[in-house]
Amino acid sequence: MLEAIREALFEEMQRDPTVVTLGEDIGVFGGAFKVTEGLYAKFGPERVIDTPISESAIIGAACGMSYLGLRPVVEMQFIDFIACCFNQITNFAAKSHYRCGAPVPMVVRGPSGGGVHGGPFHSGNPEMYFVHTPGLKVIYPSTAYDAKGLLKSAIRDNNPVLFFEHKFLYRRVKEDIPAGDYTVPIGKAVVRREGRNLTIVSYAAMMHASLEAADTLAKEGIEAEVIDLRTLLPLDSETILASVARTNRLLIVHEDTRTGGIAGEIAAIVCEGAFQHLDAPVFRVTGLDTPVPYSPPLEERFLPNAEKVAAAARELAQY
Amino acid sequence: MPAQLTREQQLELYYFLQLNRQLEERLVRMHRQNKIVGGVYLSLGQEAVSVGSAYALEKRDWLAPMIRNIGALLVKGFKPRDIFTQHMGKYTSPTLGKDGTSHFGDLKDRHVVSPISMLGDLIPVMTGVAMAGRYLGQKIVAMTWIGDGGTSTGVFHEGLNLAAVQRAPLVLIVENNQWAYSTPVSRQVPIRDLANRAAAYGITSAIADGNDVLAVYQATKSAVDQCRAGRGPVLLEVKTMRMKGHAQHDAAEYVPKEMLDYWKAQDPIERYQRYLTEHKLWDEKTKSEIDARVSRELDEDQKFAEESPLPPADLAEQGVYCDGCHTIEAVWQRPQKEVMPPAASVAAVWKVGDFGALHPSAPLKPPAQEKPVTPKPNVPVPTTAARPPHPSHAKQHARPVNTSRLPAGLPADIEPEEDIARKPDAEVPIRVPFGRGPKDKAFVQQREAKVQEKRHRHKKGRR
Repeated sequence: MLEAIREALFEEMQRDPTVVTLGEDIGVFGGAFKVTEGLYAKFGPERVIDTPISESAIIGAACGMSYLGLRPVVEMQFIDFIACCFNQITNFAAKSHYRCGAPVPMVVRGPSGGGVHGGPFHSGNPEMYFVHTPGLKVIYPSTAYDAKGLLKSAIRDNNPVLFFEHKFLYRRVKEDIPAGDYTVPIGKAVVRREGRNLTIVSYAAMMHASLEAADTLAKEGIEAEVIDLRTLLPLDSETILASVARTNRLLIVHEDTRTGGIAGEIAAIVCEGAFQHLDAPVFRVTGLDTPVPYSPPLEERFLPNAEKVAAAARELAQY
Repeated sequence: MPAQLTREQQLELYYFLQLNRQLEERLVRMHRQNKIVGGVYLSLGQEAVSVGSAYALEKRDWLAPMIRNIGALLVKGFKPRDIFTQHMGKYTSPTLGKDGTSHFGDLKDRHVVSPISMLGDLIPVMTGVAMAGRYLGQKIVAMTWIGDGGTSTGVFHEGLNLAAVQRAPLVLIVENNQWAYSTPVSRQVPIRDLANRAAAYGITSAIADGNDVLAVYQATKSAVDQCRAGRGPVLLEVKTMRMKGHAQHDAAEYVPKEMLDYWKAQDPIERYQRYLTEHKLWDEKTKSEIDARVSRELDEDQKFAEESPLPPADLAEQGVYCDGCHTIEAVWQRPQKEVMPPAASVAAVWKVGDFGALHPSAPLKPPAQEKPVTPKPNVPVPTTAARPPHPSHAKQHARPVNTSRLPAGLPADIEPEEDIARKPDAEVPIRVPFGRGPKDKAFVQQREAKVQEKRHRHKKGRR
């Protein structure tokens, strides 16, 4: 997945000289996770800009660059640090087009998520702060193919796009992806596995836990349909509603904390749009309402996994 | 002195100053008549800052105003009707009623970035504008303003540091109007000259008399020229005074009357009128022609704004995203192949010239005392037609009377460093240079001699 992201950056920078990247340690060093490795040597310091440790200034500068027609791609060294530039993203970038017709074609990307014992400041899933902000788009892919295609779409989009890269998947998700240019549309979910007994909606690393659970359930005779959201904002409600209309049961799985997580929003959408199809209450399996703890048994308790998903799905199927 | 400006340009400066002021006076009246939707944030007494600085820019240059820089918007080509309609929330306003006051811009023609209310954010944004302009080969300069209060934000530091390290062509005007809402500048920062901040970023700075439009123009012009020549960002502090409250609702009773009296005598428009008369650049007829033009234009535009419709409610739901309604285009003024491989390719290694070794002869320096800001070459020393009185000479109005309830070490207990130097009996803290202890007799003697000399100099200076 990491190589797919790097490839997208390479190809977009090669295709379009208005694409520039900036962030901490992304140039000579190639980034903390080596996502941008090789970009500096190829495109030089004018296009791969090593910045001071100043998240607000980085986002601010990217906004200014976008006003002159550039398409900056900003790396947050860890996505947790996006909290430092919350104001620049939510007040400056997100509102710019609405209030004064000034589009901000910018991508903010960075490693997110837990499962790698990063502790409270290197494991976060801060996507919902931004899903709550009109004017932004929020992408959180689960496959290498999608990561490349969606990043390309994000770079070509005229709006500020946040691109979350689950670091647990960086080197674990391996697949052959087609060489050359392709894009994946923003705002479209995909059905990863078809089933008739219940629908599991998920994204990012929990997508894989959900698929694993679906395999287990299939052996028990429970056929779960699994939907990968891919984009959280704008949310593809249609795909979810259509699936629930077939399966009549919905389980939402995410790694983000429970309260205010996207499961709540999806449950509300389904209640509004498919209440008559529901045979059971909407279930959810999520991270705990705590910071992400450091020590392995604690983090394990925090994170959802295939067993937890399968257990909830069994209960839902029997409801 | 204003050799670069023709008579016509100097008269045009007067036109903009007067347009700025009369426009705001009308906004006040309209506010009282309930015609304004939100607040009115006056720049009364600060018009020379907005007009003089923006006038130093070329058409290709970019600026981002603060809320009180209406004058800069006028200089950049916006019309009074834009400002009237913005304040009235009209459909004909630049933001169609989606935002108010001076919160509007125009990226395509006028190169104006719309401000937001969070202070300091425009500094990195305009740094990005400056960097992008350089990247595209446009030779532009980006300019923005920050208040004395806004210099306390974290993003002021982040933005200015990024601009400095990137040597971005950014002119930052610190508009020191003495008040951050109700808090005096002395409670925002422990230094008197905000231009001193520049030293921390290794960039050029200057101070100008903000109530002298020509001084502001000239200082800004020098800064712009320096930026355009690729010599990095410039911080220009302009000293002025906010003559009204933060906004219309604020009677500003916390401002001492003596302070207002002092600055009223420095009114930028009256001073400039005297200048034009003394230098025989106009006569009564020319003056009344300009004044009449201002009135006429304001009449027309106010009428236009008042007759304009409010936006349709449906508009509230539109325009959150750009779905192809705008084309993103960069204006290249350098060959694109320069930024593409193979021309752009480099070895991924740092060139480190300075290994960071301790310089053995460099002692810790005490803070600079009473050191006037010396502008680097290319930035002329601004005219100080009227230097405001030093705070230590003025009445100490802003200090709380009873500080006994405050724990020691709070700002109330901190004297400005200049005051310490001025008091003959004050304890001057001994700063021990690295590697030299208090037992070093020669050092103590040397230090005391310096203190004595300083006291002597100050005594002498006061006679």
